[in-house]
This record gives sequence, C-alpha cells and structure tokens, in this order.
Amino acid sequence: MKIDSGLFEYNVRNVTSEIQPCCGGPGGWHHDNVYARTCITVSCGACMTEIQEVSVLIGGRAGDGINSAGALVAQLLNHLGYRIYLDFDYPSLIRGGHNFAIIRGSEHEVGTCREKLDFILALNQETVDRHRDQVHAGTAIIFNADLARSDGQGISIKNILTSEKAPEIMGNSAIIGGFAKAAGIEWVIVETVFRRHIPKGMDLNLSVARRAYDQLTVVRRIEPCNNPPLPLLNGNEAIGLGLVRGGLEAYVSYPMTPSSGLLHFLAGENEKLGIMVVHPENEIAVILMALGFAYGGKRAAVGTSGGGFCLMTEGLSLAGMAEIPLVLVVSQRTGPSTGLPTYTGQSELQFVLHAGQGEYPRLVVAPGDAQEALFWSAIAMDIAWKFQVPAFILPDKTLSEGTYSVDTGGITVPVTKAAPFWDKKPPYRRYADTPSGVSPLAFPGAKDAVVKVNSYAHDASGYTTEEAGMVTLMTDKRLRKDEELITGMNGYPQVNVHGSAEAPVAILCWGSTKGVCSEAGVKLGLRVVQPVVIAPFPVTPLKEALAETKTIICVEENATAQLAALARQHGIIPDAKVLRYDGRPFTYESLCARLKEVIP
Amino acid sequence: MTGRELITDVQNTWCPGCGNFTIQHTLKKILAEMETAGRSLDDVVLVSGIGCHAKIADYLNINTFYSLHGRTIPVATGIKLANPDLTVICCCGDGDCYAEGLDHLIFAAKRNVDITVIVHNNRVYGLTTGQYTPTSPLGFRGKSTPSGTAEFPLNPLELMLASGATYIARGYTKKMDQLRALLQGGIAHRGFSFIDVLQICATFFPAADYYTPRVYDPADHDPTSFDHACVLAREWDYNSDARIPLGVLYTATFPCFGERMATKGVTAGEREEAVRQILASRI
Repeated sequence: MKIDSGLFEYNVRNVTSEIQPCCGGPGGWHHDNVYARTCITVSCGACMTEIQEVSVLIGGRAGDGINSAGALVAQLLNHLGYRIYLDFDYPSLIRGGHNFAIIRGSEHEVGTCREKLDFILALNQETVDRHRDQVHAGTAIIFNADLARSDGQGISIKNILTSEKAPEIMGNSAIIGGFAKAAGIEWVIVETVFRRHIPKGMDLNLSVARRAYDQLTVVRRIEPCNNPPLPLLNGNEAIGLGLVRGGLEAYVSYPMTPSSGLLHFLAGENEKLGIMVVHPENEIAVILMALGFAYGGKRAAVGTSGGGFCLMTEGLSLAGMAEIPLVLVVSQRTGPSTGLPTYTGQSELQFVLHAGQGEYPRLVVAPGDAQEALFWSAIAMDIAWKFQVPAFILPDKTLSEGTYSVDTGGITVPVTKAAPFWDKKPPYRRYADTPSGVSPLAFPGAKDAVVKVNSYAHDASGYTTEEAGMVTLMTDKRLRKDEELITGMNGYPQVNVHGSAEAPVAILCWGSTKGVCSEAGVKLGLRVVQPVVIAPFPVTPLKEALAETKTIICVEENATAQLAALARQHGIIPDAKVLRYDGRPFTYESLCARLKEVIP
Repeated sequence: MTGRELITDVQNTWCPGCGNFTIQHTLKKILAEMETAGRSLDDVVLVSGIGCHAKIADYLNINTFYSLHGRTIPVATGIKLANPDLTVICCCGDGDCYAEGLDHLIFAAKRNVDITVIVHNNRVYGLTTGQYTPTSPLGFRGKSTPSGTAEFPLNPLELMLASGATYIARGYTKKMDQLRALLQGGIAHRGFSFIDVLQICATFFPAADYYTPRVYDPADHDPTSFDHACVLAREWDYNSDARIPLGVLYTATFPCFGERMATKGVTAGEREEAVRQILASRI
C-alpha cells in the first residue's frame, strides 16, 4: 500500500508484530541485534535486503569546532550516498563544557539517532568517558592521543600540526582524516568534501587530514550506497529557504537559541536573496517592526523561542485585531523561563495556540523535519497573506539545529503569492466586510487609498468604534476567516501517517519526534499519526488517520501531553502517553522501551 | 487624492482646551502645505500609540497605523524600511514614548531612522485619568501617587542628545507658529527628528501658567553645536524653576538607517536561482 506522508509516497507493506518490513519508512528496518553483528550492513529479516547504516559521534570541548567537524563527517557520509541526520548537543556556554555531534547515516531517510555508536571520534578524554555506554563490540574509537587514552587508534594531533606547521584550529581535520581511513573512505571523497566545505586554508587542512589518514588502518569499512548526495540543511536553514520561497522580504529577529541560526543564516544570505534582515532592540520591537513592514506591503517574518515570544504576545494580538499578515517562527527549548537554553522541548504548543488577548484566527504548523520545514514555511507565509492572519511555524531545538538530508526534487510548493488586493475604486475600506471575512489589501502609497489599521475595535474604514453592533460585526468578520482557513487548509497534507498504517495501536505525535516515532512505529508495528497543522485543528483528517484504532499513545517532549489535551477537546481520546521532558530528544531505543510498557 | 478634507467625520472627544487640538491643527496645516508643494498625501503615514494623543489617528484623513501603547516607533521604523518613499510621522504621548516604549525611542535615535517623532508631552496620563508620567515633576500627586511621586523626571532632550538623534527640538502648544516651523523642519529633516511638545492637559495638568512665563527662544543658538545644545537642554530639567528654551536645539547630518540597511531587490527568478545555489552548496 502507499502512504502519503505529505511530501513523499512511501511504499509500505502490511506488517505484523513478528515480521519487520524492509523499506517500511524512515530507518525502521533494523534489528535489535544489529550491533552484535556487522553493524554497518544489516540484513533485513523480512526481505533480506541489505540496509546500510552507520552512527558516528564526534566530541570535544566547546570551542573545539565540534559542530563544523560534525558537518564534515556528515558530508563524507552524504558523498557515500547516505541519508543523514545530525544532532548537535552542547551546553549554554562559549568555551569549555562537553560538546558532541552524532551523525547517523542510513541508506534510507532518517530523522533520529541511535544510542549505539559505530565510530567515536574523541578530541578529549571526556568524550571517551562520557560515551562509554554507547559502544558495542565493533565500535571503532579514534582519539586525540595527546589528550585522551582509549582503546582504538590514537593520533597525535599535536605532532601532525607541528609537522605541517598548521594552526591548532586544524586539529579537527586530523581526526576527520583518521576517521576516513578507519572507515575505509576513499581519499578522493575526503578531498572532494574538504574542497567543497572548508572555506579557508583548504590545502593545509587536507595535508593535516592526509597525515592522519596515512597513519591509521581500516577497521570498519563504510560501504557506499547507491544514492546521490543530497543538500544537508538544518531545520533553521530549511525554514529560511521556505520563507523565501513563500515571498519573504524582511526577517526581523532578536537572538535567542535555538532560533538564532535562522537569523544568522538569513543575515548571511540577505543580499543574494534580496531580503532585509533586522535585529532590533528586543522582541517587542521585533514584532512591531515586522507589522510595520507588512503594513507597508512587505512580507515579513519574525523568529524567537518561548521567552522572546512572551514579549511578542501584545504584538501578536495586534496582528490579529488589525488583520496584518505575519509569520512567527517559535523554536521551542526546555522551559519554563530560561530553562535549558540549548536543549529541546515541545512545551509551547498550548502557548502559541492561546497567546495574545482576545479571539482571532491563526495558523500553527509544526513540521517534523527539514524537508517538511522547507515546504510548510512557504505555505505559512502564503496562508498568512491570503487570510491576513498570524501564521506560526513551531519547530524545536531538535529540528532547528539538527541537520537532515533534503530531497528538493520531490518538493513542489503550492504557493500562490496572491493576496486579495484592492480594486482601486475609492473609497478604500481596510476592513470591508466580505463573505469570506478577508478584506482586500492596499498599502500606504497607493493612489487615493486612505489605509487605516487600528488596534482598537474599529469599523470597516478602520476608525475606532465602541458601538456594540459594529463590534459584533467585525468580530464575526474576523472569525469567518477561521472558517475560510479551515476550508483552505483542506488542500494541504495536514496529517501524515507513518509506520504501519492500519495497525490498531497508534502513536500520536507532532513536530520533530516524527523521525523517532516513525522508526519505533515500524519496529513495533504501530501506526504513527503526525498532524503537521495544529491550528486550525485538522479534526477530520486526523480522525480519518486514526480510524479504527483501538489504542492511541501520545508521544510528546513535554510534561503535560499538550497535543493530547488538544486532541481530547476535539473528541480524540488518547489512551496512554509517553513523555520526555529532560531537554533531550527521545532516542529510538528509549522510545521503543517506553512504548512497550504501554502497548496493550 | 488631492484636495481631500483633512479632518474626518469622527467625533472629537478631546477635552475643551486640550493641547492636542493645537498639534492636530498644526499638522493639518503642514499636510495641506505639503500637498500644495506637490507632495501626495497618499505617501504620508501617521503612526500613533495609545492615549489621548493617539486619537489623532481617527481625526486625520490620511494613512494611519493606530498602534499599541508605547509602540509607535518600531512600527514606524518597519514602515519606513518597507517603503522609503513614505513620509512617516509618529505621534506619541509622554507616557507612551518615555515609559512604555522608551527603549524604542532611544534605538530609533541611535539608528537615525528617517522618521519624525512628535511627543505630545502633557506630563500626565490623561486617558487613564491622571497618573504621573516620566516627565512629571518630583512630588506630582496623581492617582497612583497620592502622596506625590518619589522620583525625578527624566529630561528627554538630554536623552535624545546622548542617543544620537539628528534633529532635536522643543515646542509649546501656545506658540503655534513656532510649533509649525519645528514640525515642518522635523519632517523635512533626513534622519531621526524628535520634537518634544509641551502641551497642557486641561483636566489633569493645566500647566499653562507655569510654561508661558518661562518659555523663551534662545538668541544666536547654533544648533549644529552639540555642546551648546547640551547646555540648552539642561537649562530646564522638567522639575526645577528655570527658563525653558524652545526651538531647534540640535541638528546634524548623518546617513539614515534605511540607507545603510538598503538591500538591492532581486527578481523572483534571481531569488529562486539563489535558493538553488544555496542548496547546491550544501552538498
């Protein structure tokens, strides 16, 4: 059977709990005993297809450049034809502390990490010590012999740098060169990746890598797969490109982890993309400035995390009342308050649903990976302008800062870029009452239009009113847009189904847990239902996706099961919940174990 | 739209004798003159906050953004960046602009955003029926401070000088001709223009008897001298008994925020190609 995931169609076999399917969805074909066996090439018990898969960890101190080293490892695997997921784990500090990146490559799409590692690249002793319980019989450890002692193969980075007269910062190239050799990766691939992805001192970096490459021996060969390499994007970059495809003209943001990457990315590319990027004094200014842009006729978006969004709520309510289109990216981290700044969470779903005083329609979408982020960010911008409503994109740290393979070939974004515009027949009434509730747009500067927007209750022309009948009329007009929005969203794949589509036990999940839930769903023979649209709540498609389930298990990375509460309001009653709220994303193994406890 | 009626039919609810009438009338005259001089009023936007002053958005028949309390300036900044051809005027209150939205005022001055900020400074909250504002004098007895405030007022002119505003003036609603010249000068100025307008609140702070004998126009003031501007700005600290200088205290010419931030537009095709290139660079 075929399952429409929204972006791709997966061919999915019917499964039972005894037999695991091959090609059954993202990464879900592996056996628990994989690590005791060859670990990299796995034979699927169901169809005997060989599935290739590898997990690499690189760790060191903050300031060691772990993130960029991880990105290079990811590119090596990408160029071997692997689909990538990279998770970067770091504390909230600039120097010191333990940073690590886990890069998982698979022949098929992946969106989560495994606990066991095939390679550990240790720049210091702490990396060896901290991840000891993640090794298996065949784990290859490559370590900096100057700072660490371990089984495996050591490299004296200091000696290599001295011989090459290379600066300390190039030490990571030595460890990556050593890894490439240990994994049997052809030198030509290392050279290609370095040439493409090292902006400065590439020749010297290559010489450093080569020395390590020549010192080590092959211990676990990573065989190439038959896939072409794909663009690797983190969630923030995917959101940025999606917004641009939706017609973004101005991005306004105040730095806040984990949304800052989006600000940095768009600021770095703003000239190429022809957009203005502004970093104002605080989040209050951010949202008001963006509303100024939109009133002036420019498509704008803002980005922040929960704390910054707290400051934006009065501006959000203004957007709702004044009917000014706006996209808000709220990337979640562990709360409440400052919480864990660099760790993940899904605790802002109910917050963004209810933020801002008063009642007005809004769109909330929660993409599950970079590919969905690229697609839905364009849609969010389009919808915001079509219906003149605030539109939220709700990622989390896992998605924003996780890196994914993105297959842009399969994406067509149905962006219309057409807002309803004024017919240029005066008088212009900004809030003209229409059957759809959507009033035609005009911008200041338009000939003969007096464009009045207002935070007060107002009449069709935008003049303040306290007259009861007009207040009711205008409230009804705004709420009619919600009805239109519900109808409009029916044209989009609002709910994705993964795993075993007809299984009686379903996981109900949202956002970045898509990847891990999909794998667990395939492994355990569960249906995995992932609403991407959260508001307006897609009741009908969600009920269809959950039809004939006997048990619904809500999987969320928060402490109160916020999607479960929302579903319950709409008559969908989850039977069990599996929650994690320590800032760390579910791993496949931990989720499977937790699910087994609640599966009837 | 030429020859439009500049005042709307909306019922005016300012108290008789309110200083807001003067500012509205002055702005109306300035707008009419702009139109006569060939400037289309379709290209003018007025942003107001919340408070008595802000009702001007309902009363003037031009493009308006009736914003939130304290939030005129970021909105105005966004509008000006979105469309540099627009003339953007902010009407703010003193509670609005010096309390709730003070950060925005400082930053707009620091950035030299090409907008004109007119502060309707009656030194009291009117619409919320009489509480002290950041410019109320020490000991001001308002509804929230029945025993008198325990804090000194701030001096907005000094603050603006320190923050980088490039047109700083003070007017008085009982000096209409001068006020008109000051507002006109501010609108014509390229860069961040700030005009603190002393106005009375007929109901909660009718201070005309205080202002009228004290205001004066400094002779031979060179507004390009920052040091002289500082001396004049400090002459009256909004608290103690002193002469109150009016007029343009400071002007300077610097590049505007919008000029520095300007991004060259790209076509849809160029943009899609840029996206494609970025994606290709990630392989």
